[in-house]
Amino acid sequence: MKAVCYMGVEKMTVENVPDPTILNPRDAIVKITSTCICGSDLHLYDGLIPTMEQGDIMGHEFMGEVVEVGAGVKQDKLKVGDRVVVPFTIACGNCFFCKRELWSCCNNSNPNYWMAEQLMGFSPSGLFGYTHMMGGYAGGQAQYARVPFADVGPLKIPEGIPDEKVLFLSDIYPTGYFGALNADIEAGDTVAIWGCGPVGQFSIRSAFMLGAERVIAIDRFDYRLRMAEQGGAETINYEQVDDVVQTLKDMTGNIGPDRCIDAVGMEAHGHGLVHTMDRLKQKARIETDRPFVLRQAIQACRKGGTVSVPGVYGGFDDKIPLGAFMNKALTMKTGQTHMMRFMKPLLEKIEQGQIDPSFVVSHRVAIDQAPRMYKIFRDKQENCTKVVLDPWANGAMAA
Amino acid sequence: MIELSPTRTSGGRNRRRGVSPPRLAGLVGGSALAIYGITRRSPLGLVFTVSGGAIAALGAVQKRSRRQHSVWSAILVNCSREDAYRFWRDFENLPRFMNRLETVTILNRGRSQWTAIGPMGRRIRWYAEITSDRENESIAWNSLPNSDVEVNGEVRFVQAPADRGTLIRARIDYSPSLGTSSALAKFLNKGVNFLMRQDLRRLEAIMEAGEIPTIEGQSHGPRDVVTGAMRVADPTRPVRRGSNLREVFARRRSVA
Repeated sequence: MKAVCYMGVEKMTVENVPDPTILNPRDAIVKITSTCICGSDLHLYDGLIPTMEQGDIMGHEFMGEVVEVGAGVKQDKLKVGDRVVVPFTIACGNCFFCKRELWSCCNNSNPNYWMAEQLMGFSPSGLFGYTHMMGGYAGGQAQYARVPFADVGPLKIPEGIPDEKVLFLSDIYPTGYFGALNADIEAGDTVAIWGCGPVGQFSIRSAFMLGAERVIAIDRFDYRLRMAEQGGAETINYEQVDDVVQTLKDMTGNIGPDRCIDAVGMEAHGHGLVHTMDRLKQKARIETDRPFVLRQAIQACRKGGTVSVPGVYGGFDDKIPLGAFMNKALTMKTGQTHMMRFMKPLLEKIEQGQIDPSFVVSHRVAIDQAPRMYKIFRDKQENCTKVVLDPWANGAMAA
Repeated sequence: MIELSPTRTSGGRNRRRGVSPPRLAGLVGGSALAIYGITRRSPLGLVFTVSGGAIAALGAVQKRSRRQHSVWSAILVNCSREDAYRFWRDFENLPRFMNRLETVTILNRGRSQWTAIGPMGRRIRWYAEITSDRENESIAWNSLPNSDVEVNGEVRFVQAPADRGTLIRARIDYSPSLGTSSALAKFLNKGVNFLMRQDLRRLEAIMEAGEIPTIEGQSHGPRDVVTGAMRVADPTRPVRRGSNLREVFARRRSVA
């Protein structure tokens, strides 16, 4: 089958690899009909998260048709022919954490948990196509994928809904929603959201769903800010203001945004000496992340407010203003999304017509175009927001 | 109640009698020299290996039966005490999660025969006898005299509060008696506690998920030389002495 493989930093290629097989009783094999490149894949593309290996199959946002199930999967849970969206987190369904619906913290789905324990003390759940530290599972930017614990994760999708409307239930829509939910939004709140990529866009819309009065979106690309405006947000282009924190103060009558959402993560762009230092340290591998946005969010948040972090961080970060965090009595909530909590309710919202997540798609291409699209997405060329790959199409099919 | 802060530290050694400083120095220094020699892979390295091994052996000699290692670990598993006890009480289940165990065969009168892969791929065999068996609470066993090693084990099952499942606490006391190579064996065996924790994590996966998560055998793109070499040399998976190395390495190279 065709698969997008990590072959080194900034080097993705489409390789012909053997089709996946059932390895454990609760596995299933899914024939992938649609898959996409996630913003968090760009951290891997840039070589910033350790334990990637040459030859790893990329991708954690995919859907398709079940073509094989293991002996341990009950027919009423999942059977051959089912159309499913597969969540990016893998969960066993029966450990301490799964029982408490902390699905992304599952104790039994990461075969390389001991690697993650070196870095984090404890290991989160296994993820598709996202480093060996997170399990080393082959990902979904391919024609087929093996899905472990297939009776827990995959969400059945009724016929009649096009792929594009439900594909983002695999990660970014629930992740944007989880980011807004974690912000503990109350009626009348002003919510500031850094990053207007797909997760930011879904956070904007979810924040309104959860009762926010105002949403202020921050980015530097006009096309992304326009998309945020279409979702009802006011916008700040941080390259056109002197000071984002002061601007937010001015916009909120000096009280500050009640809730701040960092939908950017470890590769934040910014300016000034601190940002330059972050870039140098990241290059020299003495700091894994560039927490520019997190610092700003903590500074800007109103006293007693909440900082929610759906953005991905990889390791160790310098100069986090914990003094501000402590003295301003802030709350921080974060985590990889507990997917299985949100997929079904959010599918219902799509079915009821409350939201059509396909608005984020900017590119629809054949899988052979994936290597080129990684670069375009990373460099924000061609007004790129979201790339959907067709694993079965041949050659280019630009949109 | 279970003691959660035992007097022994995790993975610590329980010395019954002191070791004289020169002997300890010989043991540690000799082993270090031997290991350095092994990594050199040159004629000089061979000399280091042999002489280091000899020094270490001299350091270790005579006190084989006096020194006992003890490791313990505990794991919280989301299952009933009854299920945990029943699974463990059938010793033939143990190789499913104890990676270094090859087989356990139940004999009669609470006796069983165990085989494991020891240091340097050497097969070790011992016989064990259950010394204490309290249903749903604890099991203890000792190895019998005609064994390659002295291994005594104990496992306790304690109900955790508020529906948290069962706390399984296991302890193994062992004193290798593999002749003069035991010093080196012990030196290499520093990771026993790590291996034990891994075993218990596999037990948790079996009890909770019904299977152990794996990526062995999944497809992938072309690997580079370094990654390939790491897969082949994987120290967490022992090679049995006498097995066809070419076959083992070919299989490992294909592994994700």
